[in-house]
Amino acid sequence: MWERTKGFILPSFAFVILLAVWQVTKIATGWSVAVFPSPLEAAAGMWELIKEGTLLKHSVASLFRVTLGFYLAVIFGLPLGILLGWWKTGQAITNSLIQFLRPISPLAWIPLAVLWFGIGDKPAVFLIFLSSFFPLVVATITAVNGIRSIYFQVAANFNFSAFETATKIIIPAILPPIMPALRISVGIAWLVVVAAEMIAVKSGLGFLILDSRNALRMDYVMDAMIAIGVIGICLDRVISQLSRIKSVSWGSV
Amino acid sequence: MGLGVAVGHILVENLHKWFVERRSASRIADENPGPAKGDRVFVLNDINLEIPDGELVCILGPSGCGKTTFVRIVAGFDTPTAGKVLTDGKPVNGPSSDNIFVFQHSGLLPWMTVRENVMLGLRRMKDRKLMAEKVQEYIDIVDLVGFEDHYPHQLSGGMQRRAELARALVVNPEILFMDEPFAGLDFLTRIKMREEVINMHEFIQKTIIFITHDIDEAMIMADRVVVFSDRPAVIKMDVKIPARHPRDFSCDPELEGLRRQVYTELGVHYAL
Repeated sequence: MWERTKGFILPSFAFVILLAVWQVTKIATGWSVAVFPSPLEAAAGMWELIKEGTLLKHSVASLFRVTLGFYLAVIFGLPLGILLGWWKTGQAITNSLIQFLRPISPLAWIPLAVLWFGIGDKPAVFLIFLSSFFPLVVATITAVNGIRSIYFQVAANFNFSAFETATKIIIPAILPPIMPALRISVGIAWLVVVAAEMIAVKSGLGFLILDSRNALRMDYVMDAMIAIGVIGICLDRVISQLSRIKSVSWGSV
Repeated sequence: MGLGVAVGHILVENLHKWFVERRSASRIADENPGPAKGDRVFVLNDINLEIPDGELVCILGPSGCGKTTFVRIVAGFDTPTAGKVLTDGKPVNGPSSDNIFVFQHSGLLPWMTVRENVMLGLRRMKDRKLMAEKVQEYIDIVDLVGFEDHYPHQLSGGMQRRAELARALVVNPEILFMDEPFAGLDFLTRIKMREEVINMHEFIQKTIIFITHDIDEAMIMADRVVVFSDRPAVIKMDVKIPARHPRDFSCDPELEGLRRQVYTELGVHYAL
């Protein structure tokens, strides 16, 4: 019973309070719907967006870009991180370069991305890839460096090949510490997709916000923001479910 | 896999180990300064030791004297600065699955179940059925039946040590290195584990090099006790213990005499 209270009923209190504050602010300011829609007006707008299928279409477009960009970051970032964590010379060579590239916001790449990849999904996917790639590489290197040396000695004692060391020692050993990095990267990717979609594309939740602003539909702007938040929670849940898999949960004693 | 030939024979000749101090000396003026940067720090100083096949040798010595370094060199995890180490007449050239090392802290792979851990040394066996039987046999020997599919963190400290022992024994190693394998176990578990290692040694007759700093543990378990001095380590004492198991100091004056001698050699008294 307490589990249920803690998991669902208590968190929903916070949302009820948010709605109340929203409504009270609306009444107190008396602003028009074009400036500050009330919860009910936003809900009405949401219904329109759902009914027309607009919201679904844009959400799918955003999710597609995030998924693709994030997968690319995982596919390239994890192996690179493992390689650099293992090969200390390579780590010494690239460390400063990675630390130099990392603080450059993905948004700073927008002009170049559009120039290189033109209009469409490509620049957005590229930006999302950039936003997740560096955090993942750095987290993987740190995780590999943190593996207890005793496990490598066990590997040497049982004559492990390099492939076996990678698959039986390194990968399982870094899975638990990598999980938080995956969660954070998905979060960043989801942040970046909205910004990326405000340029050069005609779909996605970011585009929906920009387009609604141009049409002075602040209720739609708010609805898109709500959709971003809801999908953000869902993405986080999906990744945190991954850390419950048995081969990953050995770290959480 | 020797055919009647002595296996698990170890010969150590003129073994030296030193490393070059990398840290700068402390800035605080000191009457008796530690090693300065660039100084050689001697860890092992001319160790000579021959261990015949099948002997259970306990290496005793003060903390930080180089016991672990010595065993790591013999096992191939570290290299000597000078001198040579031969196992079965062949120079040691890196770790080998003929000589299994049981680590001071658990060396079980925590992402693998007990069964998967014990299987490590047999993973290249073609006959999977035979392999599964052997794995089961050794899990049985260390009394972990029913825990095959548990992960190490689900086991107690003693069970983890036993699982690691099974993993080491299943490959039928010629030499077993144990570096303070019972560190961190409670008193009763320690005593039980000693008994298990003794029984297992009598049963399989493998060479075991066992590091400990517990004098009584060494006196109870070993066929032979080798006492290292403080760093740089030299062999201060090397005695065979002929007494049969079970050993009881209070009933065996000769054993009791040896025990007193070892305590004296290490500069401590057990009667306080």
